Amino acid sequence: MTDDMLQTAANLPAASARRYAWPRLTHRLVPVLRRHFLVWRKLAIPSLLANVADPLITLVAFGYGLGQLLNSIDGVPYIVFLAAGSICMSTMMAASFESLYSAFSRMHIQKTWESLLNAPLLLDDVMAAEWIWAAIKGCISGLAIILVAWALGVTREPTLLAVLPVVLLTGLAFAALGLCVNALAQGYDFFSYYFTLVLTPMSFLSGVFFPVTQLPDWLQAFSAVLPLTAAVALARPLVLGEWPHGVLHHVAILLAYAIGGFYLAVVLTRRRFAN
Amino acid sequence: MQMADADAVLRVEGLVKRFGSHQAVDGLSFSVRRGECFGLLGPNGAGKSTTLKLSLGLMEPAAGAITLLGEPIPSRGREARVDVGVVPQNDPLDPDFTVAENLLVFGRYFGQPDSLTRSRIDPLLEFAQLQSKRNARIQELSGGMKRRLTIARALINDPQVLFLDEPTTGLDPQARHLIWERLKRLLAQGKTIVLTTHFMDEAERLCDRLLIVDHGRAIAQASPVELIAREIEPHVIEVHGPGREQWAAQAPSLGCDRVETVGETTFAYCQHPETALAALNQRTDLRVLHRPANLEDVFLKLTGRELRD
Repeated sequence: MTDDMLQTAANLPAASARRYAWPRLTHRLVPVLRRHFLVWRKLAIPSLLANVADPLITLVAFGYGLGQLLNSIDGVPYIVFLAAGSICMSTMMAASFESLYSAFSRMHIQKTWESLLNAPLLLDDVMAAEWIWAAIKGCISGLAIILVAWALGVTREPTLLAVLPVVLLTGLAFAALGLCVNALAQGYDFFSYYFTLVLTPMSFLSGVFFPVTQLPDWLQAFSAVLPLTAAVALARPLVLGEWPHGVLHHVAILLAYAIGGFYLAVVLTRRRFAN
Repeated sequence: MQMADADAVLRVEGLVKRFGSHQAVDGLSFSVRRGECFGLLGPNGAGKSTTLKLSLGLMEPAAGAITLLGEPIPSRGREARVDVGVVPQNDPLDPDFTVAENLLVFGRYFGQPDSLTRSRIDPLLEFAQLQSKRNARIQELSGGMKRRLTIARALINDPQVLFLDEPTTGLDPQARHLIWERLKRLLAQGKTIVLTTHFMDEAERLCDRLLIVDHGRAIAQASPVELIAREIEPHVIEVHGPGREQWAAQAPSLGCDRVETVGETTFAYCQHPETALAALNQRTDLRVLHRPANLEDVFLKLTGRELRD
């Protein structure tokens, strides 16, 4: 027993160091990413339709429908105002869906992760691939709305191109948050709480449908630290052909959620897999 | 023992793993020699699968030292797994891919070029008797086919060691025999096999050496033949019929060393069965089966007869 406890003590620091080690991104994530892409390619058409249809309906219905009733918001037609919010929200939803339902299915239901971990891959590699893949899925959705807005003539500003890196950052932030929730989930039910209690309220607090300035002061302060607020604050001026204010500040917020969130997700998932 | 250690593919010393207050693995030590088939045998929940996962570096042990293919585990588990194949339970194949795509994509995880993987796909499909299923979806495969594909997939990197977690659980006898034959073929090629099982005939047919585990502890370690010779009387007399309880009471005086009654059957274990058999010959009210002791008798003697679920 004493020997056993001595050995336990000897194993603990190394184990704890491995638990909290900073995850390293290596080329090993590439074959995992290729796997996700190959599966997606087989189901790409229905997947793309689903990614585009929902925010497209929102944009058209709210934009034109509500737009008829409203005068301009902040000096622009409502549909133009809404476009930036739609791009960011769509990115958020797609990245979240992929890092929750799809990642959970690969981790827990289909046991894809188990196969990956039996190969010479680490949990870090598997997580990194999930993170980047969910961000890419977010980008595909965001890009689809950008194209829809361009095609409808909502906006044709060249600064629209600069929305792409914003979409990528937004995708990385929400993919990381989604993976944190995934690490704690016991079943799919858990995710509906995250959607109803976190993501849906966030979309009303982040300036997607109406300016943040409409919120009471205390809510504005809360809104200012939300990732979706930062995303919309960057995307909206770019959609309108202007350069946003406080770029560094908003980028820093998105990066903090992306990198901090991913680190937390990796540590939580390591804990999950240790037991 | 020292000879064995020098040639050990896997060495485990003082391994301990706890899940909360449950002691899953409690001080296990064993080593696996190159080219042998080593079996971890034990009832459900004995700690077999946990030991396998720990040996592969997929979990952190609470205590103990593991070396796999010369690499310390878990710190260099990834490096060790380059030369290892794993067949987990429940065949976690990719349901969205065809049979051949499952092999191709899995080869990429080992960092090997697609050309090398492609050159291995046909021989592996032949090995697994899945040539006609090359482009089939996973849902179209039977349980036996899925298991064979999982084994083929574990061989895509041409590993030195193959770990199998209950390789024939849930399969029909035909499928089971085919898998045994294929595993023997791999042993003949010089591969090392580590498997868990709770099937005695599987352990007896395949394994050079066995470690019987219960409650996370080693309770016996030897070849199947040695275990039977060492742990149990060589003759078993099974007696059925209405008079068996009365017979059970007199059996010790007829030279039987141990007598057990389970449900409708009385088991008598003997070094010298002649006297008991002669006495049973006189009885018309009893049905008698005299057979040599097997690994299942050893297993039940060592781990007890109570259900584990």
